[in-house]
Amino acid sequence: MLDYIWLVPFLPLFGFVINGLVGTRLPRRVVGIIACGTVGLAFLISLTAFFVLPDQPVPDKVLYSWIKVGDFKADFAFQVDPLSIIMILIVSGVAFVIHIYSIGYMHDDPGYSRYFAYLNLFVCAMLLLVLANNFLMMYIGWEGVGLCSYLLIGFWYERKSAADAGKKAFIVTRIGDFGFALGIMLIFKTFGTIDISEVMHLAQGRFEVGAPILTAITLLLFLGAVGKSAQIPLYVWLPDAMEGPTPVSALIHAATMVTAGVYMIARCNVLYSLSPTSLMVVAIIGCATAIYAASIGLVQNDIKRVLAYSTISQLGYMFMACGVGAFAAGIFHLMTHAFFKALLFMGAGSVIHALAGEMDIRHMGGLKRYMPTTYKTFLIAALAIGGIFPFAGFFSKDEILWRAFEQNYILWAIGVITAAMTSFYIFRLVFKTFAGESRVEKEKLVHVHESPRVMTVPLVILGVMSVIGGLAGVAKAFPLLGMSRFFSEKLNILRFLEPVTGGHHAEGGQAVGLERWLMLASLLIALLGIYIAYQFYVRNPQLPKRLARRLGRAYNFVLNKYKVDELYDFLFVNPAKRFSVFLWRIWDDRIIDGIVNGTAGFFKVCGHIGRRVQTGYVQTYILLIIIGAVIIIWYCL
Amino acid sequence: MSPYGSFPLLSIILFLPLVGALVILLINKKWVKQIRVVALVTSLVVFALSLPLFFNFDSSTHELQWVEKKPWIPQYGISYFIGIDGINLLLVLLTTFTSVLAILSSWKAITERVKEYMILMLLLETGMLGVFVSLDLFLFYIFWEVMLIPMYFLIGVWGGPRRIYAAVKFFLYTMAGSVLMLVGILWLYHIGGGTTFNLFELLKVPLTGHQQLWLFLGFFLAFAIKIPMFPFHTWLPDAHVEAPTAGSVILAAVLLKMGVYGFLRFCLPLFPDASIEFMPIISVLAIIGIIYGALVSMVQPDLKRLVAFSSVSHLGFCVLGIFAFNMLGIQGSILQMVNHGLSTGALFLLVGMIYERRHTRMIADFGGLSKVLPLFATFFGIVTLSSIGLPGLNGFVGEFLILVGSFLFRPLYAILAATGIVLAAVYMLWMFQRVMYGELDKPENRALKDLSVREITTMVPIIALIFFIGVFPRPFLRRMEASVQHLILQVETKRSQEPLYVEKMKERIKEFFHNNETSTD
Repeated sequence: MLDYIWLVPFLPLFGFVINGLVGTRLPRRVVGIIACGTVGLAFLISLTAFFVLPDQPVPDKVLYSWIKVGDFKADFAFQVDPLSIIMILIVSGVAFVIHIYSIGYMHDDPGYSRYFAYLNLFVCAMLLLVLANNFLMMYIGWEGVGLCSYLLIGFWYERKSAADAGKKAFIVTRIGDFGFALGIMLIFKTFGTIDISEVMHLAQGRFEVGAPILTAITLLLFLGAVGKSAQIPLYVWLPDAMEGPTPVSALIHAATMVTAGVYMIARCNVLYSLSPTSLMVVAIIGCATAIYAASIGLVQNDIKRVLAYSTISQLGYMFMACGVGAFAAGIFHLMTHAFFKALLFMGAGSVIHALAGEMDIRHMGGLKRYMPTTYKTFLIAALAIGGIFPFAGFFSKDEILWRAFEQNYILWAIGVITAAMTSFYIFRLVFKTFAGESRVEKEKLVHVHESPRVMTVPLVILGVMSVIGGLAGVAKAFPLLGMSRFFSEKLNILRFLEPVTGGHHAEGGQAVGLERWLMLASLLIALLGIYIAYQFYVRNPQLPKRLARRLGRAYNFVLNKYKVDELYDFLFVNPAKRFSVFLWRIWDDRIIDGIVNGTAGFFKVCGHIGRRVQTGYVQTYILLIIIGAVIIIWYCL
Repeated sequence: MSPYGSFPLLSIILFLPLVGALVILLINKKWVKQIRVVALVTSLVVFALSLPLFFNFDSSTHELQWVEKKPWIPQYGISYFIGIDGINLLLVLLTTFTSVLAILSSWKAITERVKEYMILMLLLETGMLGVFVSLDLFLFYIFWEVMLIPMYFLIGVWGGPRRIYAAVKFFLYTMAGSVLMLVGILWLYHIGGGTTFNLFELLKVPLTGHQQLWLFLGFFLAFAIKIPMFPFHTWLPDAHVEAPTAGSVILAAVLLKMGVYGFLRFCLPLFPDASIEFMPIISVLAIIGIIYGALVSMVQPDLKRLVAFSSVSHLGFCVLGIFAFNMLGIQGSILQMVNHGLSTGALFLLVGMIYERRHTRMIADFGGLSKVLPLFATFFGIVTLSSIGLPGLNGFVGEFLILVGSFLFRPLYAILAATGIVLAAVYMLWMFQRVMYGELDKPENRALKDLSVREITTMVPIIALIFFIGVFPRPFLRRMEASVQHLILQVETKRSQEPLYVEKMKERIKEFFHNNETSTD
C-alpha cells in the first residue's frame, strides 16, 4: 500500500490538469466531482497508509532521479513516517471538507473550474511538501504553495486590492524562501547531501550541541518558516490574504501553506535540537508573534481579519512549542488548529454568504436565529480556540503551555496572557456576529438564510473534530483520562510522533500536580476572557466605545495594525523604487550612455576638425607641407 | 567519431539556411507567401536535422562528435573545423529551434520587404550556428562578425522609430569588443608559432601569466559586451526595443548566449590562470548585473525594455555559474542559457503578439487583459513563472544549480545573487498584474482577439519544454556532464603554479610591510 503513496499528491495534480485544461467545457457538477474526488481519494489513501504503517522505519519511495549533477543529487522521492502520515491526513482531510464546502460557496462564480483547478494544485503542492524526502523537493512544494496562494488570493483579480494581496503574499513569502534556499545550499555544503533523513543522521554523529554551522543552517531555514507561516516580521501578507474567496482562507490557514513552517521545523527537529540559539530564536519569535497578533485581533472589525490575526497568533504558539523542544506538541496544535480554524473560516464564509458579502461585524448581530447550524458550529470552534475544556484547543494549547513552563516562566506567562486575549477576541466575534440585536441593513436582512447542506455538513464534520480532536493528545497528568492507557499511549499523537520528534519528557509525581494546577489556571484565564467579552459586547455594549474613546491614540494605533505596512513601505518599498529610477535615468541613461555617446561625439568632433584641413586650396596644402617640413627639420637639428 | 560515418550532417545543418536564402533570392519578391513558406520549411528541416545531434549524442565522452575538419587556407594554418560536444550541443539546438519560431512569428508582423527579411533571417541562422560549432579561431571570428550584419539590418530596416540609433549602437558596441578579440586571436596565433588557428592545438601552447592576462582581457571585452555584462549593457535595451519581434527573440535567445559560450569555450581553457585571477571582478560584475538588471527592470514602463533588463539579470546568473569553476555552476549555467532562451524568447514573442494587436508596448496602456485574452494570459503566466524560477519549471533547475555551485565556491556571492530571485518575483509579478489583472478599463482593449492557431503553434512547443526541463532535466544535464568535467579538469591541470601579476603584487606589498615592521622593531 505504501508503494502507492505517490498517488496522494498526484491525484490532486491530476484534478488540476483536467480542470485546468478542459474545466471550462465540463459541466459544473463534473468539475466539482473531479476536484473533490481526487482529494477525497488522496485522503482515503492517506488513511490506509496510516493504518498499515509499520513500527520500523520505511525506506523512501523513489519515483525517479530528478537532478543529478556532480555530487548533487535530488530524487523525486517520498518519505513515509509518522510525521508525514499525520500531515497528509490533516492536509487531505481538511482540504477535502473545504473542497466540498467550496461547491456551495463558489456556486455562482464564473471562474468555477479555474477555482477548483487552483485549489487542487494547492493541495498537491502542500502534499508534496510534507512527503518530500529531500530539501529540494520540499522546496518545490514550498514555492508551489506560494504560487497557489498568489493565484487564489488574487482569484478575483479585477479588484486591485485582491491582485495586490496575491502579489504581496508571493513576494513576502519569497523573501522567506530566499533564506530557505540558502539554508538548503548550506546544508549541501556542510553534509554533501540534501536527503532529509541522511542529513539528520549525519548531524547527530558529526556535530556537538551548539555548532555554529548548525545554528546558521537552522536560522536560515527558520527564515523560510517565518515567511510561510506568517511570523514577525514577515506576517504582513496574511491579513491581506483575506481578499481571496473565504474557503481559500480556510485552506491557507488550516491545511496548507501556513502550517508548512511548523512542519518543516518539526521535520528538522534534530538540527534544531542541536542548536540552542536557534531554538531560543524560534521560541522568542513565536511567543512575540502570538501576543502581538492577538493584540491586533482584539480591535479589528472585519470578521475575516480577526481570524487572520488569530491564525498568526496561534502559529506563534506552534513555534513557541518548537522553540521549547516540544515539536510533537507543535504538530498536535497544528492539527487541532486545522480543525477549528477551518471551521471558523467556513462559518465566517457562511455568514458572509448569507449577508451578500458583508464582512464588517459592526453590521452584523443577532444572526443565531437565522443561521442556527452556522452559529452552533462557530461557537464550538470558538470554544476550541479559546482553550475551553473539553474542546480540542484546550489539550493542545495546554500541552504547549506546560512545556513552555518547564523551560521558561516568561514564555508561559505570555502564552497565558495570549490565551486570555484569544478567548476575548474570539468571543467578541461570536457575540457581535450572532448575539444581541441585529445591525444588519434592512434589505439584506430579508435574504439572510442558513447556508445549503453542502456547506453546513462540512461545518458539522469539522465541529465534531473540534470537539473530539483534542483527545488524540491527552496529557498523562490529566485527571481520569490521562490514567487510561488508551488515551495516553494508544491514541496519543505525541507518542505516535516519537520516532520522528524524539522522546517524550519524563513525568515525575510532583510535576503532575503542578501541571494540573497550571491547566486549571489557564482554563480560568480563558473563561475570564470570555466573561470580559460578554460584559463588553452583551451586557454593556456602550463600554467598548467609551474605552476606545478614552484610549484614543493607542486604540487607533492598534486598529491600524501598528502601521507596520506603512513602515515597510517607507523603509523598503519606496526607497527601492526611487533607487531603481535613479539607476535607470541617471546611471544608465546619463553616465554609461553618456560615455558611450560621448565617445561617438568625440570622434565626430575630431572628424569635424579634421575636415577643416581639407580645404581644396593648393595654397593651404603647400603651407601645411612647409610647416611640417620646418618642424621636422627643426626637430632633426 | 560520428555515428553517421563520414556523412557531413553538421555542415548540412550549418549551410542549409544559406541554401534556403539562395533559393529565396531566386523567387520573385511579390510571391510573399512562397517566400515565407520556403523560409519556414528551411528552418524546419534544419531543426529536424539537428535533432539527431541530440538523440544520437554520446554522453559518455567529452570527445568531439560529428567532427569535420578540412584545411581551408593551409598556408596560414586556417581550417574548416567544426564539431559538437556537450558544451555547444544544446546551444545549437536552441538556435535551430528558435529560428523556426522567429520565422513563424514574423508571418504577419513583417509585410514589407519580406524577401530581404527572410534572406537575412536565414543568413543569421547560419552565422549563429557557425559561431557555436566552429573550433578554429579564424573560422569562429568570421562567423562572429558575419552574424552581426543580418542583425544590424533586421534592426535598422524593420525596427521601430529609433531603429537607426539602436542598430548603429548595437553594431559599434559589439564591433569595439570584437576588434580587441581579433587582436587577441592574432596574438595567440603568433605566440603559437603562426602555424594554426585550431583551438585544440592552441590549447597546448604554453602562455606566460603576462600573456594570459592581456589575451584574456581582449577576449573578455568582446564576450562581456555580447552577453551583455554590466556596465556594457546599454546597447541591449535600445536594440530590443527597436528590433522587430523576431529580432528580439533571436537576440535574447541566441545572441546573448554567445558571450557566455565564449567564456566556456575559449577563456577558461585557454587562459585558466587569468580566468581565476579575474574571477572576483567578473563575479562581482555578474552580481551587480543580477541586482541592477532586476531593479531597473522593475521601473520600466515599456514591456520590451522590462524584459531586456531582466535579461541582464538572468545572464548575470549564467556568468556567475561559469566562474564558480565547478560542475554545478557550469552545468547550471549551460542549462540556464537554454532556459533563458526559452522563457525570454517566449516573453518577446508574447509581447510581440500583443503589440501586433494594440500597437503599443506600454504597460500603462493595458490592464485586465486576462478577461479578453484568457489563453494569452495563461501562456504569459506560465512563461512569467518560468522566468522567476518557480520550482517544477525549467528556470529553477538552472538557477538553483548555479546558486549551489556558487555557494560551494564563494558563499557570499551566492547570497548576494540569491536576492535576485526575490527581485525577479517583484518585477515580473508586478508587470503581470498591471497587464493582466485589474479592470478592463481601456476601451481599446475590449475587442482584442485571443491567440490564433499559428500563435498557439508557436507557443506550445516552448511551454512543453518549460515543463519538461523543469521536471526531467536529466536528459539535458547528462549530455553536458562529460564535457564540463573535462573542461574543469583542463582548467585545473593547465593552471600554472606560478602566481600571477596580482598575486605577485600582493606578495610584494606584504613583504614590504613585513620588512617595515621588522625594521621598526
